[in-house]
Amino acid sequence: MLYNIFIDPFMQMGGAPDLLVQTLWEGLVSGVLYALIALGFVLIFKASGVFNFAQGIMVVFAALTLVGFHEKGVPAWIAVILTLGVMYVLALAVERVVLRPLVNQPDIILFMATFGLTYVLIGIGEFIFGGEPKQMITEQLFLPRGAIDVKMLGGRVTFQKLDIAAAVIATVMIGALAAFFQYTRIGRALRAVADSHKAALSVGISLNQIWAIVWFAAGIVALITGVMWGARSEVSFGLDIIALKALPVLILGGFTSIPGAIVGGLIIGIGEKIAEFYWGPLVGGGIENWIAYVIALGFLMVRPQGLFGDKIIERI
Amino acid sequence: MQSEVTQGTPASETAPPILSVNNIEVIYDHVILVLKGVSLTVQRGGIVALLGANGAGKTTTLKAVSNLLKAERGDVTKGSIIFEGERVDQLSPADLVKRGCIQVMEGRHCFGHLTIEENLLTGAFTRRDGGAAIKRDMEMVYNYFPRLRQRMKSQAGYTSGGEQQMCAIGRALMSRPKMILLDEPSMGLAPQVIEEIFEIVKDLNAKEGVSFLLAEQNTNMALKYATYGYIMETGRIVMDGSAQSLRENEDVKEFYLGVSEGDKKSFREVKSYKRRKRWLA
Repeated sequence: MLYNIFIDPFMQMGGAPDLLVQTLWEGLVSGVLYALIALGFVLIFKASGVFNFAQGIMVVFAALTLVGFHEKGVPAWIAVILTLGVMYVLALAVERVVLRPLVNQPDIILFMATFGLTYVLIGIGEFIFGGEPKQMITEQLFLPRGAIDVKMLGGRVTFQKLDIAAAVIATVMIGALAAFFQYTRIGRALRAVADSHKAALSVGISLNQIWAIVWFAAGIVALITGVMWGARSEVSFGLDIIALKALPVLILGGFTSIPGAIVGGLIIGIGEKIAEFYWGPLVGGGIENWIAYVIALGFLMVRPQGLFGDKIIERI
Repeated sequence: MQSEVTQGTPASETAPPILSVNNIEVIYDHVILVLKGVSLTVQRGGIVALLGANGAGKTTTLKAVSNLLKAERGDVTKGSIIFEGERVDQLSPADLVKRGCIQVMEGRHCFGHLTIEENLLTGAFTRRDGGAAIKRDMEMVYNYFPRLRQRMKSQAGYTSGGEQQMCAIGRALMSRPKMILLDEPSMGLAPQVIEEIFEIVKDLNAKEGVSFLLAEQNTNMALKYATYGYIMETGRIVMDGSAQSLRENEDVKEFYLGVSEGDKKSFREVKSYKRRKRWLA
């Protein structure tokens, strides 16, 4: 028994390195997508202290809007622009209707408000686009299909082109966000707001404006995440369950850290694929669904502020 | 002892004041009455000190002017605040900064994770006059606060209290203010550093023409640099006068400067100031 748990899986890893690489790659790809969702959470949490429960549904909503526009006969790239426009309007509306009236209320009230937002978005989405799953418009967006087989380590490792594209796009976007935060006037203001709301207010930074901007940024992240997830499976409201995976990612990485979201996402993604592949057979599979929460639970006991978080989580 | 001390008596000035607060009442959370009719005036180019003990309402008065009060569920329910001839009590803090009135909050509140340089740049957030002008002003701030130049690449959270205070004032200067509401700049600083900061405030006042409304518990220091002073107690202004007259007032000496010549007095004698009716706007 102990042999099966502690030794055998590593023997397998050593015995078939190509399978290990394959598993790592798959873990990496889902990790990148988890990281993207977590990034959306972190952006909003940092700037407004709100844990945005609606982030998962924003992913679905953005993807549905994109597909919906395309179904109406709008060319793909115009559909992307229109969807960005919709996400912008959504950000303004959330700031005006949800955040502004509730400013200075306890965090839990804002959290509950995002719950409400979740169901409003589901309602609007189902009303406009219907409840049935849709296909993501991968070809029209020039996302590659097919796979590359690489011979290595005495075997074959398959890389889906779509996954490679997802990893590249995610990396580029994270890089762009980091540069935006570091070097632009608005980015600096966002960091200032994250540091101290009051001080930001006192130097004339308008919190309303900043909130609208971060919600829009989170909307962009949601759209990209939605396209990537949608391309791998399908676009449906069931997708928002993946948003729950962001929770362990955030606990691992820290709620306030962008690098934390990325590293946390990768650890969870790779961890669950490895666990499923090597340890799954011992318990009859299904490890993938819960191992992330176990890792997060372990982390909460050892390091509650997460890997990169700068303070103890106290908000949810 | 200083020549500028004699100027700045509000009633006698003819030029319109840069700031006038007229009989304002402030209520927190719809129930807690904090300011009970506060009026004060700051002349253009003046340094006015707002003195008083902890909890007297100095900070609330400054926040009422800068309108940071709203973020703390405070409300100006009576009276008016006029800055540069216009009512400003319903404007957002950002609008006020754009008009040239900025607050440096008590406890400094630098952005700890940003470098000193980035802190200064956030101060220019509301400006639209281009990078060159902002760079020029950065240079000006560094000239007033040479210590900040040395620390420009360090995170503000890791600098000393004095440097953070300088950073906070420098950051406010970056918005090109006509007036700075300076809340308790001496808090938690060594006497030498306090003196350094007050000297710079005086310099900024003289050379850049920035007016200051200064809330201080360090009465001695404040009256040394201010031209005019108001003394607050439990949400009211109980006394005002030129800095010199306040310095020489027996009661101020007794209760705020901690020096007295005669016998020990009781607070009852000071209460008479409260009963004196203040001008109602």
